[in-house]
Amino acid sequence: MEILDEIKKDYVSDLIKKNKRVSERGFFEYRPCTVEKGIFDSAEGSARVKLGKTQVVAGVKIELGTPFKDRPEEGVLSTTAELLPLASPTFEPGPPDEGAIELARIVDRGIRSSNAIDLTSLFLEQDKVLMVFVDIYVLDHDGNLIDASALAAMAALLDTKLPKVEGDQLIRTERTEKLKVTQKVVTCTFSKINSSILLDPELDEEKATSARLTIATTPEHVCAIQKGGRGSFTKEELFNLVDISFEKGNELRKLLE
Amino acid sequence: MMVVQMEKPKLLIDGKRVDGRALDELRPLKIQAGVLNKADGSAYVEWGNNRILAAVYGPRECVPRHDANPYRAVIHCRYLMAPFSTLDEHGRSGPNRRSIEISKVIKEVFENVVFAERFPKTAIDIFIEVLQADGGTRCAGITAAAVALADAGIPMKDLPCAVAVGKIENQVALDFGKLEDNYGDGDMPIAVAPRNNEILLLQMDGMFTKDELRKAVELALTAIPKINALQVDALKKHYAMKKEIEG
Repeated sequence: MEILDEIKKDYVSDLIKKNKRVSERGFFEYRPCTVEKGIFDSAEGSARVKLGKTQVVAGVKIELGTPFKDRPEEGVLSTTAELLPLASPTFEPGPPDEGAIELARIVDRGIRSSNAIDLTSLFLEQDKVLMVFVDIYVLDHDGNLIDASALAAMAALLDTKLPKVEGDQLIRTERTEKLKVTQKVVTCTFSKINSSILLDPELDEEKATSARLTIATTPEHVCAIQKGGRGSFTKEELFNLVDISFEKGNELRKLLE
Repeated sequence: MMVVQMEKPKLLIDGKRVDGRALDELRPLKIQAGVLNKADGSAYVEWGNNRILAAVYGPRECVPRHDANPYRAVIHCRYLMAPFSTLDEHGRSGPNRRSIEISKVIKEVFENVVFAERFPKTAIDIFIEVLQADGGTRCAGITAAAVALADAGIPMKDLPCAVAVGKIENQVALDFGKLEDNYGDGDMPIAVAPRNNEILLLQMDGMFTKDELRKAVELALTAIPKINALQVDALKKHYAMKKEIEG
């Protein structure tokens, strides 16, 4: 396994030196991407994203609960990600590892810091709020899980209809109001291979990657950033990638309409 | 004595911040190298009200063994906050989702600078214990861990250090304290290799325009040489003392 990885790494990095990519696309071009909303009836909101051969679904469940002590007038948002063992030979069963935790937290950070979900709209009465659980399920891993997951989570939230509240119960069969979504947050993930930078790395490209940078945007603001990997970026590279993220982010946002 | 506040306090009054600092001013920072006996290298950092201890063991046998890499040393990092480290209720000890993520990104900082290929099949274990937290703990932890690694004699191409920048009242501000962390708009920890200003860690949340982001990064970079100088001083002081004792 490891030997094959090393060979692929050399192959990808040689291609990049010739200004080419594995799937013959531009350095800042996404793979074909589709977003499908409302794929599960059981969830209050759901979506499937296919980004090249990467496939991710997200489900949203709504619960009744109590608010956090320091935010008594806000509902609760929780985002988790599962790297299912069926999605890749490298994913093992068990509790989420650092990769799954980081993935979920990046997606969560973008949604949370942009106030994409109006959490105050989930307040019902004192000590009673609605809780939004976003579960990201990675079904097929061919690279760039972050952007696919962020799209799936956002699409599932846009698809979410709140169940009716009666006393201390949710009537799940009666979905009335839509969840208030104020922003469409998308992420753009870049990969540095040698000294070249490219958008939307597929799995083979990820193996040759020294550093990764994810930038979450709304049309006007950067709302989350996460660098990963042992490599580094210069500030000039960062500023340039922020510009590209705004441009490419608008393309992704169209997929959410 | 601090008071737990629910209402958002005013974070900027007449251009001064809650603790009287200017927008581009660091909190008081003290670094001490070689503070533990058993560890191969260690450091203690007081940064604002942060009290952080970092220790390094290794290169040593890699546990678990299947983690070992035949080409280079594996770097492990464990960042943890003590259950008594904040004014909130007794925290749960042990790792949580936040600390696991932070441990991962800190590990990646040191993977960049350590000459790991010189120590194949071994592990270098970095432990960062936050004893008292006052905002910017991961940055203080990185700054301490770098000194601990140097104290352990582990060869590195640079001595990374870190600082957080954020936004208060629509202005970028350096080195957030706890209150600013809780009530400010946005926070951006950044770790840098001081020799060439390569960015080794970068995280951000909040709402930054393109322009604000640029300003925030530039502001952080102004502080890096100052923090780095204190790291170097701490190491020099420790070795001068050691030399005296050992003759």
